Amino acid sequence: MKPDAAKSLRVFAAELVIYTVLVTGYFFLVLHVLGNWLYRLETQHRVLYAVVALLLIAGQAVVLDSVTTVLFRLLRRRWR
Amino acid sequence: MFFPISNSHIDPLYLVIVGFVIGILGGFFGVGGSFIAGPALRLMGVDWNFAVGTDLAHIVGKSIVAARKHRTLGNVDLKLGMIMALGTIGGAEGGAQLIQALKRAGNVNAVVSWVAIVVYVSISVFMLWESHTTLKLHKRPSSRTLPDAKAAASKADQSAFGPVTKKIQRIRIWPMISLPTSGIQEISLWTILSVAVVGGFFSGFLGGGAGYIRMPSMVYVLGIPTHLAVGTDLFEIVISASYGTFTHAIKGNVDILIALVMHTGAVIGAQIGVVATQYFAGPKIRLAFVPLPLIGAAIVIYTLATGHKF
Repeated sequence: MKPDAAKSLRVFAAELVIYTVLVTGYFFLVLHVLGNWLYRLETQHRVLYAVVALLLIAGQAVVLDSVTTVLFRLLRRRWR
Repeated sequence: MFFPISNSHIDPLYLVIVGFVIGILGGFFGVGGSFIAGPALRLMGVDWNFAVGTDLAHIVGKSIVAARKHRTLGNVDLKLGMIMALGTIGGAEGGAQLIQALKRAGNVNAVVSWVAIVVYVSISVFMLWESHTTLKLHKRPSSRTLPDAKAAASKADQSAFGPVTKKIQRIRIWPMISLPTSGIQEISLWTILSVAVVGGFFSGFLGGGAGYIRMPSMVYVLGIPTHLAVGTDLFEIVISASYGTFTHAIKGNVDILIALVMHTGAVIGAQIGVVATQYFAGPKIRLAFVPLPLIGAAIVIYTLATGHKF
């Protein structure tokens, strides 16, 4: 493997590790903080539940991806 | 682990692994992966309505991650994606209406099953022929593994079906639009909408996002390079799956906690799938795509033969 490709794969792997930790943490946070509330919402206010469901899933995708990028940049600066 | 919304007990590790596999497929091929996710949830005893709705919810998140990653690689045509989303939603409604009509006629299961088998097998056979012929015609050593620069150049890929695609692109029905991101100077808006409506129709008729129909159609009918077809299809899936999630959630068919666990594996898999596309030329991605519709066909044949409903 060429050095450039190996380096970009290492960077990708490091980003992926940070992202995995954040995504897993996010799930447990939602489960413990919002678990019961989501259950009640699903039975009582379906429209609000639909909006919250989309926000939670999109949040996990967009916000965590952005946080990972920022964290990774900060970490790289420190390593240099 | 107990999920109270859908009243089901599922091992979270199982959900993460299923999500991870679907994520890799989604990132690499631009499909939603509902042909695996639906049966996988059913196997764990999740009710069919929750399996469909929850699957859609996790597809939204996974597709956002994969589409964002594809966009940074220049693989998303936003203009095309928006037009396709409009056609898909319209077509999906048509497919759902036909299902209702067949339900009233009392033969919905047999018709849908046979149509699904014919469509899935036809796509696989055609793509196998096309990608194999293209690879044979343009065999050169550099197409095996591609460093970034070469991979970018390979986005304008070749196809043995190219002459037919060019004829389709020359159909001049007003309004004509250009898709500079996809390298298409002029194409009729109606051609794009037709492809989207057909994809949407099969989505409503056969279930899932129908990425296994839309992605090949974008390549062969519209002439979109494979990498861009994958990225744009994912972008389009974000819009149509969000719409589907919302409507299913209102009907009480979405367990967001299951979706979030699946999503944990899916987003990681999707990132890997997207990066992997950079190391393969278009015809090789299309060749690797061939087994996916066959898996769908195998599941349908299994349900027909055994009477077991996933």
